[in-house]
Amino acid sequence: MCAAPNWTKPGGVSRGSVASDAKVSPCFKEVLALAVRRLYPEQPLRFEFTPENLAWAKQNIAKYPPGKQASAVIALLWRAQEQEGWCTEPAIRVVADTLGMAYIRVLEIATFYTMFQLQPVGSTAHVQVCGTTPCMLRGSEVLLEICKEQIAEKPHELSSDGRFSWEEVECLGCCANAPVVMIARDTYEDLDSELFEKLLYGFKTGKPPKPGSQIGRQASCPVGGPTTLKDMVKKNVAKV
Amino acid sequence: MLEDKDRIFRNLYGFQDWRLKGARVRGAWSDTKTLIEKGHDWIINEIKTSGLRGRGGAGFPTGLKWSFMPKNDPRPSYLAVNADESEPGSCKDREIMRHDPHLLIEGILLACFAMRAHTAFIYIRGEFMREREHLQTAVDEAYAAKLIGKNNVNSWDLDIIVHHGAGAYICGEETALLESIEGKKGMPRLKPPFPAACGIYGSPTTVNNVESIASVPDILRRGGDWFAALGVPNSAGTKLFQISGHVERPCVVEEEMGIPLRELLDKHAGGVRGGWDNLLAVIPGGSSMPLIRAEQCQDLTLDFDALTKLKSGLGTGCIIVMDKSTDPIKAITRIAYFYKHESCGQCTPCREGTGWMYRVLERMQRGEAEKREIDLLFDVTKQVESHTICALGDAAAWPVQGLIRNFRDVIEDRIEQYQAALKEAAE
Repeated sequence: MCAAPNWTKPGGVSRGSVASDAKVSPCFKEVLALAVRRLYPEQPLRFEFTPENLAWAKQNIAKYPPGKQASAVIALLWRAQEQEGWCTEPAIRVVADTLGMAYIRVLEIATFYTMFQLQPVGSTAHVQVCGTTPCMLRGSEVLLEICKEQIAEKPHELSSDGRFSWEEVECLGCCANAPVVMIARDTYEDLDSELFEKLLYGFKTGKPPKPGSQIGRQASCPVGGPTTLKDMVKKNVAKV
Repeated sequence: MLEDKDRIFRNLYGFQDWRLKGARVRGAWSDTKTLIEKGHDWIINEIKTSGLRGRGGAGFPTGLKWSFMPKNDPRPSYLAVNADESEPGSCKDREIMRHDPHLLIEGILLACFAMRAHTAFIYIRGEFMREREHLQTAVDEAYAAKLIGKNNVNSWDLDIIVHHGAGAYICGEETALLESIEGKKGMPRLKPPFPAACGIYGSPTTVNNVESIASVPDILRRGGDWFAALGVPNSAGTKLFQISGHVERPCVVEEEMGIPLRELLDKHAGGVRGGWDNLLAVIPGGSSMPLIRAEQCQDLTLDFDALTKLKSGLGTGCIIVMDKSTDPIKAITRIAYFYKHESCGQCTPCREGTGWMYRVLERMQRGEAEKREIDLLFDVTKQVESHTICALGDAAAWPVQGLIRNFRDVIEDRIEQYQAALKEAAE
């Protein structure tokens, strides 16, 4: 039941055909068709790590015991995504070749772990809005509405200028600072509709605000100052 | 209330330097070698005496867990620190990793020594990128200062590998975490064999939560008895609590185990939004724990036993507060969606059940259901619970069970309203 995946090729960039690549087993195709998270129909022709990233990758592989280089797969694929902006099929192949893994094993990683973006994302910012209950209780739904209005109607869709995209993600682990969004490596916390619009405007105009709490509080300290260890605010108190 | 002198996490909010220099001022790494010289068994016994229970949710006694590690095994032993903090409501380990990473690293050295391991992995979730940078910097600092590494000043060789994930909640399950470290999909393994017998690369491995490990140096310095004297019987010591949701000032704070919920909320979080009487329900220990109604919260203390009695659990010690403006069905529906999204798809009851539960709840939230479906839904949660390889099935079932147990009236009212509206429209 090797049903052909629904490849549409709406012009533009052509992708390396799976079937014509002798190195790929026919099952590759089948898995592509069955997986919920699929590879994007339009793929770049090739991928290559930059020299710095390649050196970094080698260093990373060396952290693990000999023969266990597959342990570095998430790290390498992540570096590839950071380089390209999203997780491309050629990158999956390059990572597999680098680590001596079967393509399918790396494809599995790319589709299983949801931080791998399988389609192009906004060139300026991919806005990840946490929508889980703690953030929902404090207003994340409003943020999602703003994303729909200002970026694109559907998640993972590019805005008309191609600069922005958004998605709802599952718990970013900043619940005491809810609601929160993540852009690139940073979280922007304690948002409301006004602060979020300001944040988006900041990214649009190339002046993004400082990451962290947008109401100026220190990490997850209660607003208005700590209720414990008050001396620590000014002085690094030695062991008590 | 816990006194400042008994706090372990003294730089929780990062007002002060998180790097080695600052951590040393706070007492980290001060006499690690002396502790190590007391021997493997002394450390394990001291942790057993302290009554420290794992802070990752399950509450398994840490000292006991360590003693399961084989003593004369030709294979290398490993410690894996579970920093895959992904449960909605939980955000405590993040504060340790970004503001006091040396507590964790020193704890790792001591734990590894106790378990005769020379390599430790820290599995940190992919989203914690800045936290990862801090952690890696701290590890590099420790190497440079020869606190860890080969031939270090503490005379126990140790390598620490900071390993990250990429957005899969399931990798916080200990065997899924091991799979992920090996470079595979995070699908939990069948137990037995338990990780202590066959873990990372088939070698003995112990998986511990960040907070458990970061508490170790202080417990050993001050003595297990000090820690055991804090808290309540069966729930010893201090714990990081996170308060999110409908409170005036959400925060993370270290408190004594067994603190009354109301005191915790009032003292540190400015109380429930709109006053204590405006409380509807709380989820006491991370999204996987069943919610409890306000009436049950009056004299509730936060410890393992008190919450188990209410058919809930302390879990990770994160409290999601819901005031009376909350639609409890919707809140739980969102949690059900989370578990649907995060199910690894390995076991049928979980893969199919989480989606089924979500879809039914999604209708119930609008009232578009039959009353008999409430019992059916409860029955299905029982079919999912404990019929899966890992606890994600249970974690998905419990919140739904909690909802039905506590808010059956709300669900029934919603259904009646919907049906009345339908009838009206038809007439």
